Amino acid sequence: MENLTARDITVSFDGVKIIDNISIELNKGEIVCLLGVSGAGKTTLFNVISGLLTPDNGTVELDSEVITGKAGKVSYMLQKDLLLPFKTILDNVSLPLIIRGMKKRIARETATKYFKEFGLEGTQKKYPSQLSGGMRQRAALLRTYLFSDKVALLDEPFSALDTITKGNMHDWYLEVMEQIKLSTLFITHDIDEAIHLSDRIYIMTGKPGRITEEIMVKEPKPRNKDFIVSKEFVEYKKQILKVLEQEAAV
Amino acid sequence: MYLRLIKKLQNIINRISPILAISMILILWQTLSATGSIPKFMLPSPIDVVNAFLKDFTLLMQHAGTTLMEAFLGLSLGVLLGFLVAVLMDRHEIAYKAIYPVLVITQTVPTVAIAPLLVLWQGYGITPKITLIVITSFFPITIGLLDGFKSSDQDALNLMKAMGASNFQRFIHIKLPSSLGYFFAGLRISASYSIIGAVVAEWLGGFSGLGVYMTRVRKSFSFDKMFAVIFFISMISLLLMLLVSLLQRVLMPWEKEKLKRENSRRGKKK
Repeated sequence: MENLTARDITVSFDGVKIIDNISIELNKGEIVCLLGVSGAGKTTLFNVISGLLTPDNGTVELDSEVITGKAGKVSYMLQKDLLLPFKTILDNVSLPLIIRGMKKRIARETATKYFKEFGLEGTQKKYPSQLSGGMRQRAALLRTYLFSDKVALLDEPFSALDTITKGNMHDWYLEVMEQIKLSTLFITHDIDEAIHLSDRIYIMTGKPGRITEEIMVKEPKPRNKDFIVSKEFVEYKKQILKVLEQEAAV
Repeated sequence: MYLRLIKKLQNIINRISPILAISMILILWQTLSATGSIPKFMLPSPIDVVNAFLKDFTLLMQHAGTTLMEAFLGLSLGVLLGFLVAVLMDRHEIAYKAIYPVLVITQTVPTVAIAPLLVLWQGYGITPKITLIVITSFFPITIGLLDGFKSSDQDALNLMKAMGASNFQRFIHIKLPSSLGYFFAGLRISASYSIIGAVVAEWLGGFSGLGVYMTRVRKSFSFDKMFAVIFFISMISLLLMLLVSLLQRVLMPWEKEKLKRENSRRGKKK
């Protein structure tokens, strides 16, 4: 059932431990959140999982295959959409397919199929500069999905958006996820966002970065907007705040 | 309504002001030579210059053909060389460190100084002209491309790496298109350098070309023809630069969209 496992990951830069013995797992179709303050080493952990960085200790496994230090296995999306300004949206999202060796024409055809599902219809021939921030993030997510439909790492994907757009993006995101069932590990420092979107939350604290708590969000999906103003939601939030406060006190 | 009229008027004035300035200079020039304040053999009037140009039109076109041919060949080779050197310097830090000072030094040597050497080495044919153009034109291209490569979004490059892209793929999909704007800025300069380079090389010997024509009319003290060919050369340079801009617009369609947006935003602000 497990899809992605990172075991006993330790990373240090210049003798300073950035993350200390972290183990996390991600099951198929799950949305799991890494919640923590800035500087807790969340992004470093992502760099390890994506293979951009080789850890001092520990292994990363995807479907029982060891992928430690191997790039190109899990997909990655950042706060910046990183759409290339000189390519149309269609060419931007089909880029991962082309990198994998697919012919341009076929890559475009394959990518086009998903535009409706991702709410991107009509943007195929536009350039990123012609789209709003929310639409650009949608395109970035589609590109991430086309790169790998197994596991996606999202590093603060919605944090650059304004609150209203962010709310809409959350609804859109959950809706798309219902359909594509992409196993996702995402980073955020927004507690509400974490509770709203995740099945499971790892609370990460620094320094060095480690996992201090794991919280299951049992609210069934699909979740509607009412969830974020419900009593259960507040309970989750209290629980998380308590953990963070305790950590800050130490 | 009234305000809009003023704005429109300002717009028109903005647009025609360069034309006005040029006409003023021409009128002043014409009166100076017509009244005889400056002897006609030294400073022919603009009308004389136009007449000289029309009289020698076919001859000028033949010479222009040679010059343009040299410029085209030299520029193509210069661009190719500039591109290869830029890629090499971008790829290997050691190449960058080794070549950069050499590049700068080649630019401090004046064109006019090396041209005679080239003629001595390579004769009166087309070779020294092309060599000179390559030397002068590849520098702006190399520097432009290098800056362009360096300007590529580092995060985007990392993302591509995380997607498993090879160095070549990252070059084709990110570095090369990122550098296009810089490349064209360099090419605009190189295009005008190439004409100047060709003419300078032709001064020192050759069988045809605008530089050869220039030397001949100078020796016969035909000031009107001298002026005609000078204006003709700057005209050609301007046209070439325009051509580069057109090419840029075709090859960089995304810039057009960006510009449109910016213009409409500016319009709204008003």
